[in-house]
Amino acid sequence: MTGYILRRLLMTVPVMAVVALFVFSLLYVAPGDPAAIIAGEQATPAEMQRIRASLGLDQPFVPRFARWAWNAVQGDLGVSVFSATPVSEMIVQRIPPTLSLMVLTLLISIVVAVPVGVVAAANQGGWIDRLFMSAAVLGFSLPVFVVGYLLAYLFALQLGWLPVQGYRPPSGGVWEYLSRLILPALALSGGYIALIARIARSAMLEVLSQDYIRTARAKGVARQVILFVHALRNATLPIVSIIGIGVATLISGAVVTETVFGIPGLGRLVVDALLRRDYPVIQGVVLVFSFTYVLVNLAIDLAYTLLDPRIRY
Amino acid sequence: MTATAPDGEGFAIAPDLPPLIAEPPRRGRVATFVRRHPTIVLGAALLGLMVLIAVCAPWLGTGDPQALSPAKRIRAPSAEFWFGTDSLGRDVYSRVIYGARTSLLVGIVVALAATVAGVAVGLVSGFVRWLDPIVMRVIDGLMAIPSVLIAIALLGIARGSVVNVIVAITLAEFPRVARLVRGVVLSLREQPYVDAALACGSGGGRIMLRHILPNALDPIIVQATYIGASAVIAEAVLSFIGVGTPPTVPSWGNIMAEGRALWQVKPYIVFFPAVFLCITVLGVNLLGDGLRDMLDPRVAKRA
Repeated sequence: MTGYILRRLLMTVPVMAVVALFVFSLLYVAPGDPAAIIAGEQATPAEMQRIRASLGLDQPFVPRFARWAWNAVQGDLGVSVFSATPVSEMIVQRIPPTLSLMVLTLLISIVVAVPVGVVAAANQGGWIDRLFMSAAVLGFSLPVFVVGYLLAYLFALQLGWLPVQGYRPPSGGVWEYLSRLILPALALSGGYIALIARIARSAMLEVLSQDYIRTARAKGVARQVILFVHALRNATLPIVSIIGIGVATLISGAVVTETVFGIPGLGRLVVDALLRRDYPVIQGVVLVFSFTYVLVNLAIDLAYTLLDPRIRY
Repeated sequence: MTATAPDGEGFAIAPDLPPLIAEPPRRGRVATFVRRHPTIVLGAALLGLMVLIAVCAPWLGTGDPQALSPAKRIRAPSAEFWFGTDSLGRDVYSRVIYGARTSLLVGIVVALAATVAGVAVGLVSGFVRWLDPIVMRVIDGLMAIPSVLIAIALLGIARGSVVNVIVAITLAEFPRVARLVRGVVLSLREQPYVDAALACGSGGGRIMLRHILPNALDPIIVQATYIGASAVIAEAVLSFIGVGTPPTVPSWGNIMAEGRALWQVKPYIVFFPAVFLCITVLGVNLLGDGLRDMLDPRVAKRA
């Protein structure tokens, strides 16, 4: 098993390298000269040349990439062209809202989707199953920002139950903090719930057709116990895997949700940076999001290997 | 000399019996299809409706989607302006109807382009053993970047235009097809009929295109449908956050982007394009689910 863990760890290296290469190439081909921006309009050509040399911009692709990657590994993602603050600092500031939103979405999604999938599987072909699975198609089809506006319109503007938009750090009171996250998290969880529920249903159907389930039923184990204890435990692997894979959808969705609800998170940061062509910031956020995604899936795979004694590679 | 039966008669050829299962009349067949695959029919109907709207946009009572009339800014929906007007006095109805063209164009072109690119990469990767690990690592890397972020990153270096949006979304989506095709190729490559084709002297290219690709077609078609749905959403998302199609080309995403500032007081500017967007995506997703169930009945029972 140690061999598997090592192999799995090694597998992430080329993936991350490709991500880094992609992200770096963007800056390399991006129009505009960072040296010109830093030097200002009064700079002489000699000064520009000096700045370019000091930034390493006069070097060819490979040394520049090596230097950039080495800095990135050490947490130095460059400096924002727009505000001259270090990108890593900007990113760290924006993490709490995005992380709060994603964690709450994750919780809502799992709590809703798993029971939905289990109940749908238990009633395969019945009206509950059809209802849930139709709802899942709807969940896939309604874009995050449409659901976001709908929820905000209903619960914030019409009913006035929750704030329309914004973000408050948890230090300002739990309700102040949570109330602004509920609607965005609900909007974001729609597609994620659909994704998890579908996989949960098919994984459960697979398990429910096995002999030990029939045995359990024959010896009179209660239906709920069979479903949620005997069967669900063995259907966990595909469910947990899809939760990990779905994090990519969650990240994409967060970018949009933050725009709809005015949440100052990483998504908002990358959109603003994009509108200002602030490439180091775009790079930094794409890199951080992608690495998070890879690490989440790595962690899930490893955790599963450790937790499930049946998995031996 | 021909062999004859002992009684001197020729071979008894199977007599002309009526077919065991009667060929159903044509109208019955359509009805059967509708009954068996309601999702395909519903999805195709919704999508067809949108295509019809996009094609017939100029004849649906629309005006010039770009025409500004500052005197008639932010009007609520009325008999004159069915969906109201936006903050520049443009007719939201005309913009939404013409927006169908942009969204469907992006959806269809991306579905085709991502499929062609993905099939090409997947076939080569699945068939050329030494290339496979390299291609797959690149695909893994691209898939590790959430798709909206790939598109955002690419649109950061190229100005928003319909073509650039299509290219960006295609690049974000094709790895999924490549993965799928490669997986199918790897399993089909071991089939005896591929050995047979090799033994007959067929070259690699011929085997890929004539023997493997046709057998991989079903999952590819289904995947292409889903990619079309993702592409329509992705275009809307990119335009909504302001980096997609330029405001001069109406698309559901940028109509919503323009309505964003006003949505708390004038929600209809956001509402109408959103409805069209949802109907389109729902139609394509239903079509995809229906096709999947029809083409692979084994999956249909479970998923």
